[in-house]
Amino acid sequence: MRSEILASAFLGLAVRSIISLYSYSGFDSPPMHGDYEAQRHWQEITVNLAVGEWYTNSSNNDLQYWGLDYPPLTAYHSYLVGRIGASIDPRFVELHKSRGFESKEHKRFMRATVVSADVLIYLPAILLLAYSLDKTFRSDDKLFLFTLVAAYPGQTLIDNGHFQYNNISLGFAAVAIAAILRRRFYAAAFLFTLALNYKQMELYHSLPFFAFLLGECVSQKSFGSFVAQLSRIAAVVLTTFAILWLPWLGSLQAALQVLHRLFPVARGVFEDKVANVWCAVNVVWKLKKHISNDQMALVCIACTLIASLPTNVLLFRRRTNVGFLLALFNTSLAFFLFSFQVHEKTILLAALPALFLLKCWPNEMILFLEVTVFSMLPLLARDELLVPAVVATVAFHLIFKCFDSKSKLSNEYLLKYIEPISHILMISIVVASLTVPAPTKYPDLWPLIISVTSCGHFLLFFLWGNVQQFSSKLS
Amino acid sequence: MKDLFWHLVGIATGLKILLIPAYHSTDFEVHRNWLAITHSLPLNQWYVDATSEWTLDYPPFFAYFEWLLSQVAKYVDPRMLVVDNLNYESKATVYFQRLSVIATDLVYVLGVRSCLGSLGLARDTQQFFAGSMLLLLNVGLLFVDHIHFQYNGLLFGILLLSIGSLIRQRFLWSAFAFAVLLNFKHIFLYMAPAFGVYLLRFYCLEQASVVSAVGAVVKLLVVGLTPFAVSFGPFWKQLPQVLSRLFPFKRGLTHAYWAPNFWALYNAADKVAAGVLKVQDGGASTTSGLVQEVRHSVLPAITPPVTFALTALFMLPILVKLFRSPKKQSPLVFLRAVVLCGCSSFVFGWHVHEKAILMVLLPLCLLSLVNRDDARYAYVLGIAGYFSLFPLLFDADLYIPRYSLYMSYVAMMYGQLYRIFPGFRGFHTLEWLYMLGFLAIPLYEHLLSFLLHLDQRLPFLPLLLTSVYSALGVLYFFGAYYLYALGISWGKVAIASSTSAAAVKRKRKTK
Repeated sequence: MRSEILASAFLGLAVRSIISLYSYSGFDSPPMHGDYEAQRHWQEITVNLAVGEWYTNSSNNDLQYWGLDYPPLTAYHSYLVGRIGASIDPRFVELHKSRGFESKEHKRFMRATVVSADVLIYLPAILLLAYSLDKTFRSDDKLFLFTLVAAYPGQTLIDNGHFQYNNISLGFAAVAIAAILRRRFYAAAFLFTLALNYKQMELYHSLPFFAFLLGECVSQKSFGSFVAQLSRIAAVVLTTFAILWLPWLGSLQAALQVLHRLFPVARGVFEDKVANVWCAVNVVWKLKKHISNDQMALVCIACTLIASLPTNVLLFRRRTNVGFLLALFNTSLAFFLFSFQVHEKTILLAALPALFLLKCWPNEMILFLEVTVFSMLPLLARDELLVPAVVATVAFHLIFKCFDSKSKLSNEYLLKYIEPISHILMISIVVASLTVPAPTKYPDLWPLIISVTSCGHFLLFFLWGNVQQFSSKLS
Repeated sequence: MKDLFWHLVGIATGLKILLIPAYHSTDFEVHRNWLAITHSLPLNQWYVDATSEWTLDYPPFFAYFEWLLSQVAKYVDPRMLVVDNLNYESKATVYFQRLSVIATDLVYVLGVRSCLGSLGLARDTQQFFAGSMLLLLNVGLLFVDHIHFQYNGLLFGILLLSIGSLIRQRFLWSAFAFAVLLNFKHIFLYMAPAFGVYLLRFYCLEQASVVSAVGAVVKLLVVGLTPFAVSFGPFWKQLPQVLSRLFPFKRGLTHAYWAPNFWALYNAADKVAAGVLKVQDGGASTTSGLVQEVRHSVLPAITPPVTFALTALFMLPILVKLFRSPKKQSPLVFLRAVVLCGCSSFVFGWHVHEKAILMVLLPLCLLSLVNRDDARYAYVLGIAGYFSLFPLLFDADLYIPRYSLYMSYVAMMYGQLYRIFPGFRGFHTLEWLYMLGFLAIPLYEHLLSFLLHLDQRLPFLPLLLTSVYSALGVLYFFGAYYLYALGISWGKVAIASSTSAAAVKRKRKTK
């Protein structure tokens, strides 16, 4: 059994390093390039400038050109990686001159940094979570869960292909979830704070953590122990924050500048086509014509909170392990569907709990995970990652089927009909988008169709998740 | 357990497609050149043309196969079919050639299925699943075919079909398939003795009367020689020219990178002796990788006849054993004979390529499914054998893929063997120590050599280490497995483990 886990881990690593051979976002496309250049540029900024200048506009730090807009932990990580890069070849991160730097060696270096994060953080984290689930449920699904999580193409294609470091924030989040399952609340608070400080998108997961921990505090026997536990958790979170934000805590203005960088309201409700409600509504009712950007931000916040309220209130009152995973799933979907400035890639945050919910609802979740990759296809196609995306998704499905003998057959009629329809729909859209060129009047026709189709699925899954949580017999 | 064979085929195909943009070796250009030659030149020029240094040196069936591929290739990118277009590799060419390997792997898939069935494994058993996994996801084939670039899947597919037919007692089909295989790639001649002895003993001599025995021989000859006639027929006027291309003895004893065999140790011993005795090296060094010919400074020079004599000598005992084995056990002994004939030629052959280790490793996968001891030996050789392929994948981008694919396969192999044979133990202490050395070589190659500043001074040392160290494992396997196959045990160990295997088998049945 252990050797098979090892085999899966190395297979996951192999797939990641093979995807690394492909092209990346913004390859050979000046002047702005893409996420690869963004990450390289952050290394350039953090290595060459003083900490206080990282988030502020200056002659040495043009924020219009991939200004740093992730929290401090990302910045520190960029600094660390940048220093290593500089020791290999100083040209990688030379101030100003290194803009748009591309070479075979540099690609190898950058790819290696992502794979190192996979090896050091992501793969151990998901392995730990798979073991924790088995421990709390006294079951033996770790091989099944670990293999599928390691083989999930969404995260791999974005991190090792497109180029990002979601593996770090997702890895921290996974360990935090494992800590909750093992009732290690201080560790959970600490680790989740790390995740949040690597990527602010981890806010998608924050409400269930908050609800669960608050519920634990409230359920203490006496008021005294309630206060004690609450203050200890708060202390863990605040101390972690304080340490990470130390360089900017000198003045209120500096801290606000960082915050402002993290939540750029001015960038609009969405950029590219994305599979959420606003993008779908926009098809028939142009949002920008009717609502100002600031108003829109408020509408988004309100809708997101309303949509995520029921699941978190329930979690607060009934704190079960499955309930926690379901709440993470529902909340991150609510954020994805309704919040402001959503990117296609953030669906990975909903995919993380979904991967571990495969344990309870294998057939439902595998469909969801396939839709998540489908929803990112326009993005991946731009990076010339369409072939690996399709191939890896089919292989993912087949790997799932290899374990299928274990999973219970779903007797839900809903899924029985929806699954084949979804599959046929997705396959025909992919085939059609490759064979039928979009009309010149609507050049974004296919990405839009993909977005709307995925959005429909995500809405259905959002409802399904809530229904499951309220009627769950498992929890 | 469900029949997951086609699932695994799908997963393997996916992995292969993912590998399309990976580095490919000059063999890619070799095969592109052959596409061009067969498409653009008349038949009588195929084995004459020398525009590219990579002249056609496979038998005619493979040339016809390339011609067939070129009929598709002309619709993909006709420029790859121009003979003078050396080193041409457009994106379309890469995709076409890579996909042609993946598509012809279908023959391999059929061969695997046929062989596993012929061993009497039901499709819903753990053995069938393990066999499918070990063969379909074979890391050696991934390395050699889908990264380095060759068509071994097709060739081993035909070999497995031939083995499958033979075990099913369809002797004429088996002989036919094997003859076809020889006309695709003549290196399989090294396995011919096993096939020949088996067919002679259990097909010809099993006949009831002398007349029918003679009839059987005639049938066998007709079936076996027809592929040769079809293949070489069109070239009968230039047969010497064709043969000189197929058997280029001008190449040296060892390949530029020493395959991990006896001669690698011999070369190494010569180097050491030359160093100790302070004998001047006569010209180019053997490890430089630039020369094909090896000149020994201290030890006697080796000529092709010596290697052939040694190869034949070492094949003999297992062939005798095969000839004398009872009919009931004959398939098992036959498979071992195939393995040991392949291994003899690998260990002692003239100008052996490291890839040829697949001729030993792949048939061993079959044996490892049915017998606990064979499984143990297969595992030992697997570790050393697949490791020895690393020098083929020297591109820096491939370091992580090659190690992780290897580790994944080796771990998976252990997991599957453990499931088939509960309590399966890979190695004993000495073997464990040897295996640890395989951690040291990458450690030296990627870390220590730079720390000690030896990477510039001794750039070929990692290759030498890989070759020599793997050679130790291969030779150990060769010796130990040979004795085991002949039924000569070193003590009670073999007997004890075989009885425990039988006990486990009984246990499984009662389950």
